[in-house]
Amino acid sequence: MRDAFIRTLTELAPQHPEVILLSGDLGFAVLNDYIDRFPRQFLNVGIAEQNMSGLAAGLALEGHTVFTYSIGSFPTLRCLEQIRNDICYHGANVKIVCVGGGMSYGPVGFSHHATEDLAILRSLPGMQVFSPCDLWEAAEAARYLISNRGPAYLRLDKSAAPATVQPGEAFRPGRIRTVREGSDVTFVATGGILGEAILAADILADQGIFCRVLSVHTVKPLDRDALTTAASETGGIVSIEEHAVDGGLGGAIAEVLMEAGVFPRFFVRMGLRNTFSSVVGSQQYLRQVYSLDAAAIARTVSARLGIAVPALA
Amino acid sequence: MNSQVFATDFTGTRELAHRIRTHALRMTNIGGGAHIGAVFSCVDILAVLYGGILHVDPTAPKSPIRDRFVLSKGHAGAGLYAALAERGFFPVAQLLTHYQDGSDLSGHVSHKLPGVDVSTGSLGHGLSIASGMAYAAKLKSAPHRVVCLLSDGECDEGSTWEAALFAAHHGLSNLVTIVDYNRIQGIAPVANVLELEPFTDKWAAFGWAVREVDGHDHAALHTAFGSVPFAPGKPSCLIAHTTKGKGVGFMENRVLWHYRIPRGAEFDAALAELEAQP
Repeated sequence: MRDAFIRTLTELAPQHPEVILLSGDLGFAVLNDYIDRFPRQFLNVGIAEQNMSGLAAGLALEGHTVFTYSIGSFPTLRCLEQIRNDICYHGANVKIVCVGGGMSYGPVGFSHHATEDLAILRSLPGMQVFSPCDLWEAAEAARYLISNRGPAYLRLDKSAAPATVQPGEAFRPGRIRTVREGSDVTFVATGGILGEAILAADILADQGIFCRVLSVHTVKPLDRDALTTAASETGGIVSIEEHAVDGGLGGAIAEVLMEAGVFPRFFVRMGLRNTFSSVVGSQQYLRQVYSLDAAAIARTVSARLGIAVPALA
Repeated sequence: MNSQVFATDFTGTRELAHRIRTHALRMTNIGGGAHIGAVFSCVDILAVLYGGILHVDPTAPKSPIRDRFVLSKGHAGAGLYAALAERGFFPVAQLLTHYQDGSDLSGHVSHKLPGVDVSTGSLGHGLSIASGMAYAAKLKSAPHRVVCLLSDGECDEGSTWEAALFAAHHGLSNLVTIVDYNRIQGIAPVANVLELEPFTDKWAAFGWAVREVDGHDHAALHTAFGSVPFAPGKPSCLIAHTTKGKGVGFMENRVLWHYRIPRGAEFDAALAELEAQP
């Protein structure tokens, strides 16, 4: 996803000389081509995220489209007040890019995981929040951000779901994508973990349970219609995110459905529950540990529906 | 920047400073808030800047060729509002809405007001934003300058020094930082909280061209601003030695007046003292 983002930025930079990419001293090798080709549109600002975010606001107020780039929660939580006061309050045209969303940097340790970012960033007035599931969504989100003004957050996962884009499909910011139809249960996922939802849907289909799978590439603004439709048309909603359930995608869905007065028959939030991702292991291993892999999703649904899934016992 | 207007006669900026102080005193009295001591310490700096140094135009407050000004010590908003109103950016009468319900004049400076480039208030933000503006100007080879006014207290903030490293590394000679060195921060003297000395050496060690000035001496301030950049290829730092509460004897150099609201007999006495000044 990171590479898809950088490829898109590299492709569009010549047509958008106002674009400038600020890196918090990260992106060794992966940014080299961009830097070589557009040296005036790049700044390594050093390991100084507060300054990076304030600089971004200043550059944006002077007409630049600014991308700030770092990993985990460095470009967000470390400099949250600069994002709130300097970027959002001024409506500055700054796009904050996190590489390593969720537990992407698995064995590096919890300090490099981003597991509260969606909740915190979406609470900021004026902030749009994007969390693509695959390479196409990542590239399209980047393309959208380059030409649309205002503060935004782009969370890029190291993992990516298999391609689900349909021929001729247009990326519609703020609209949920249905990547699989089904009426028994709806999986609402954001980020690369959508791939686990698809696998879980495969497992459950073998048991005669047909799941709708929705990709929430735009966490804010959240697509109310797709969620209320899923809540009324299908047997229940399971939110799936590599993130804390508190205030994250699951929390956001609950807010939307409660306010709409449309209540799913059941609702389960799958994500981290009041815990740090402190176990050491790969992203895939951590998904197993924290019950976020396909098997855990399928188990959760079958338990909820009272159906045994022997293959998963 | 425009360095010619008051080259020989500073009565104009002294009169402007006097009016800013009087406005700020009335604003804090009516509003029941604001940092009067921290406003008074930087009034002469604001008066010299807005009295002729800064190239700004009240009829075109967003003009791309204007000099930018970032009041990083946003708690001195009352002083900047008064300077801008006196320069015609908005009506002087609007000053008395300061702190009032529904007003645009929040205690910490707000970009809702014409002429205010950036809203601040949380300390340690301004120099980063100003550096971004200065870098953008440098990319465009634009001739305007970016001026940022810091408090001494916000030099406690690490982000101030992140920005200081950046500005020097990139040779932002179009950036001028003024530190209002009144030596009193929120609840105690600077020297008792986190010593900044050797302060000039710190900025110099970070790669800035530094000068010191009496922050109440209009001729000296004018000369200093007229000679930026202090060194080619470097950002300029002007350490302005000031007196917290300057202009009202019983407020001067007293921690109490960082935030005390001038009311009743104190307000009357302060106003009388200001009005008695030439």
